[in-house]
Amino acid sequence: MTSVRDIPVPRVGVEAPAAARSAGLTKVYGEGDTRVVALDAVDVAFPRGVFTAIMGPSGSGKSTLMHCMAGLDAVTDGQAYIGDTELSSLNDRQLTVLRRDKIGFIFQAYNLLPTLTALENITLPMDIAGRRPDQEWLETVIDTVGLRQRLGHRPSELSGGQQQRVACARALANRPEIIFADEPTGNLDSRSGADVLSFLRSSVMEMGQTIVMVTHDPVAASYSDRVLFLADGRIVDSMISPTRERVLERMKAFDVQSEA
Amino acid sequence: MWRATVRNLLAHKLRLALSGLAIVLGVAFVSGTMIFTDTLGRTFDDLFASTAADVNVEPAAAFDSGLAGTGEGVGTVSSVPATVVDTVRGVDGVASASGFVRTEGVYVLDGHGDVLDTGGAPGIGISWEPDPALSSSTLVDGRAPRGAAEVALDVDTVDKAGYALGDSVPVLTTGPRVEAELVGVFSFGDSGGSAGASLAAFETSTAQELFGTPGQFSGVGVSAADGVAQEALRDRVAAAIGDGFTVRTASEQAEALAGDFEEGLAFVETFLLAFAGIALFVGTFIILNTFSMLVAQRTRELALLRALGAGRAQVTRSVLAEALVLGVVGSTVGLAAGFGVATGLRSLFGRFGLTLDGGLVFATDTVLWSYAVGVLVTLVAAYLPARRAARTPPVAAMRDDHVAVERSLRRRTVLGGVLTAAGIAAMVSAFVVEDDGAAASLVGVGALALLLGTIALSPVIARPFLRGIGGVLPRLFGTPGRLARENAVRSPRRTAATASALMVGLALVSGFSIIGASTNASVDGALDQSLGADYVVSTAVAAPFSADIAEQIRRIDGVDSVTQQRLGQAQLAGVQTSVSAVDATTLDSALALDYLAGSTAGLRGNGLVVDEDTAAGRGWSVGDRVEALLANGQRVGLTVGGIYTTNATLGSAVISLDTFTAAGGEALDRFVYVDLAPDVDAAAVRSSLEATLEAYPVVTLKDQTQFADEQKGQVDQMLMIINALLGLSVIIAVLGIVNTLALSVIERTREIGLLRAIGMDRRQLRQMVRLESVAISVYGAVFGLLLGIVFGTGLVQALADQGITQQVIPAGRMVLFLAVGALIGVLAAVWPARRAAKLKVLDAIATA
Ligand SMILES: Nc1ncnc2c1ncn2[C@@H]1O[C@H](COP(=O)(O)OP(=O)(O)O)[C@@H](O)[C@H]1O
Ligand SMILES: [Mg+2]
Repeated sequence: MTSVRDIPVPRVGVEAPAAARSAGLTKVYGEGDTRVVALDAVDVAFPRGVFTAIMGPSGSGKSTLMHCMAGLDAVTDGQAYIGDTELSSLNDRQLTVLRRDKIGFIFQAYNLLPTLTALENITLPMDIAGRRPDQEWLETVIDTVGLRQRLGHRPSELSGGQQQRVACARALANRPEIIFADEPTGNLDSRSGADVLSFLRSSVMEMGQTIVMVTHDPVAASYSDRVLFLADGRIVDSMISPTRERVLERMKAFDVQSEA
Repeated sequence: MWRATVRNLLAHKLRLALSGLAIVLGVAFVSGTMIFTDTLGRTFDDLFASTAADVNVEPAAAFDSGLAGTGEGVGTVSSVPATVVDTVRGVDGVASASGFVRTEGVYVLDGHGDVLDTGGAPGIGISWEPDPALSSSTLVDGRAPRGAAEVALDVDTVDKAGYALGDSVPVLTTGPRVEAELVGVFSFGDSGGSAGASLAAFETSTAQELFGTPGQFSGVGVSAADGVAQEALRDRVAAAIGDGFTVRTASEQAEALAGDFEEGLAFVETFLLAFAGIALFVGTFIILNTFSMLVAQRTRELALLRALGAGRAQVTRSVLAEALVLGVVGSTVGLAAGFGVATGLRSLFGRFGLTLDGGLVFATDTVLWSYAVGVLVTLVAAYLPARRAARTPPVAAMRDDHVAVERSLRRRTVLGGVLTAAGIAAMVSAFVVEDDGAAASLVGVGALALLLGTIALSPVIARPFLRGIGGVLPRLFGTPGRLARENAVRSPRRTAATASALMVGLALVSGFSIIGASTNASVDGALDQSLGADYVVSTAVAAPFSADIAEQIRRIDGVDSVTQQRLGQAQLAGVQTSVSAVDATTLDSALALDYLAGSTAGLRGNGLVVDEDTAAGRGWSVGDRVEALLANGQRVGLTVGGIYTTNATLGSAVISLDTFTAAGGEALDRFVYVDLAPDVDAAAVRSSLEATLEAYPVVTLKDQTQFADEQKGQVDQMLMIINALLGLSVIIAVLGIVNTLALSVIERTREIGLLRAIGMDRRQLRQMVRLESVAISVYGAVFGLLLGIVFGTGLVQALADQGITQQVIPAGRMVLFLAVGALIGVLAAVWPARRAAKLKVLDAIATA
């Protein structure tokens, strides 16, 4: 893990233009007795070229935040923006196109279509759009994830780590404005997880990609530029240039808080 | 475990509904067919087996000449003289006895002077029997007919024609045409139904004059005095009247007639049974398919149960319990839905004129079969995959990336290969076999083996076929096309099973259309070659009509010759054969027969001419003597005087009209050929012919082309009925595809969620599901058509000796069927595609 420390961390500043941001973002599930405020007037910005990790206890609203920001779920109140586009003003078709062209996704599991080869999975968003992939860029991405030998394999012939790397490559290949990853290493052993994380890290460094990653693993968080801490649907803290130890300490504070 | 079972059933309502639907469809198809067959049987039983008399006397037939009503058994009129009736009356223990007259070929005309449509059912003339102990007819309105100018009709006929008491009703008898006043309306048999047949009743003496022979009866009805057993009375009557008569008790009579019915309508019954078999087959497929998918989807859940400590047997039992509940409920609903199917079939047959009265028959057999199919098939369908699921190690099934491994197809390949080879062998040997009947059954057996073989091989063929044909999908439809193709090939077993139902349906439909087209072409060819006369006078279904017609035509100026053709049954050297009887002097001007040996002259006197196949089959040549036994028991020695090439109009054997008449053959014509004198004004003669025939609307005047068209029209109508029935199996197949697709969509919820998340829009998603469906249905259609072509051509070859000499594959229709196959895919996908498109992205991703 020491290698992470060697990577120069880009400056995170307010002046950087946001790839995505929210204003007073509120999400309420249910009504009456079952009413749950999953997000409570969240104001957040994800600057371009920055790797942001979102942490927090289970049920704190991490996934909900990601879904609302990515246009997968409707918000109850407030606004979510991708670039300058306000999501609630879009209809389903426009949202679909936005997801296809501007957003990359990496889920915890089940990222790939079992019937397609690795390469076909990688180019799927562009195929759906009916666009030819930028060949040079594609080669770069493939080399970066190190899957050249496996391009013709189907997901069932790949290990879990390799599958997640294919998912990463797919997210990157389309050159999206922003990539959302929901616990991308949650199902992987630590070595495969480290592979995937280094890859995400380097895509930010070398390709200037913007990444938002939900995780509850302090090691994973340590690969990011900054960590946002979520509790009860609110952002309660943030940390620039996190390390495993500092994150762990901060998390312990949560536990103490919640026990108190 | 019970709680888990019930919870599981309720937890997946849609899955439950879909699998339940599969069972309902399968059972409804089977029970509907059975209910309809039973109802059809009951109606005909009523019509022919209704007998009120305790004992019946009829002239003895030399051999069983088939069923009255099929047009085969009326070739002879042997009758019971009045003296016999008197003898019977005198027998000790007889309360009453009276002679009755009953014949076919008596038609009621409607107010416009047209023959009342009986849809192929006979027009029957009877004598009115006033003694209720002897009559199966019951007056419901008016009174019994008296004298020459009064008639009573059955209820249905009165309704159809719209007559009221007091109306004057024209009736075409086997003798003259008469006008009689309607004085009574009666119901017939127990259900009041007459299966479309019309019944016209006259006073006995009038009936004898109009369509019998004065002083002669068709039979005698006898009622027993109190305390006299039917059997005892039968024996006494038989002893009193001596040989030459058949005496039967009421139940024997009913049985004999029912037996006749079985024989006479064997075709209808066989067809409906075959249809029920197809129903069973298709229904089984749908249920099996659905359940293997359901259990496959639940593999992980079952593995969890196993991990929590449930034994293998327990898991299997839980799945079986679930299947049992579903099977029982589904079968019950299916049984009820079967009434709907039967009602539909009844109205279908009604449109072709075969009215079935009374309620639908609901037999125990129907219930047993329905539950057997619904419950047993469901249990088997659930057991096989459940056993597989229970065998899966819990750990393997619970791993996230667990993919149900496609089992090896080796066993199916071997089984399918053997069946297919056997099928082909049987069909090929059918060409070699001499005997027509054996050839036809070889083709049948071969077709069945080939069908089963293809179904077994289907998953093996599906992959290369879909990859090949599916190659165009990505090119035409881009990514949705490629995904559709991949989805169609990912589980060849499922794809094959889904396509099988459609394959069976289309194989039958296309096979029959080849037989139909070939028959039509053969009729065309045969008529072109053989019809020498300018006009033919006949009914549409070769029903018998009065010889008066030929008599009147003879008197028209410009008519050169008139040739009557009658039909009957005879035993020729011990083998029962349908024979035609024609006038030897004019035959050559009516039909251009192509003689291989001898000539029409050889027909004169007690001559016999036969077609080449009969001659070859029986080893006869010109000059041979053949012992003939006619239906009334008379023996005649015939001499083979000619051998002609196969002729559709004449059939296989011809005797002279003189021989026929001398042997008591019925004086009713089936065809009358009219040849005009040379140098006459054809149009003028035609109009006088038409004017003469106006009084006999039962027959029509046709020139050569019109005659050919009429013959073909019959083939087409038959095909229409068959196709309507088969259409039902295609509809069920469509619902089966809908079911499989919907389950696939549920199974792939997460995939669909992923596709939506990374930017596939709803339209593309719908297209993907639709294209998969089209790929599957086209696959089924292509193989269905291929099989249909093999069956059709095979049967046509086997039936070559029956006069189907031309082999025609209607290419246009085949292309149409293929297009229908594709359309079926589009239609079947509508609902599943909409469901897929409606899935909320987040819900889909979140689905475990
Ligand atoms: N579809 C839903 N319906 C109702 N409540 C939900 C739904 N999704 C999430 N929640 C609730 O919203 C809160 C935040 O959930 P989530 O964003 O999934 O948390 P995290 O990802 O941080 O574990 C939780 O209390 C959860 O129970
Ligand atoms: Mg979460």
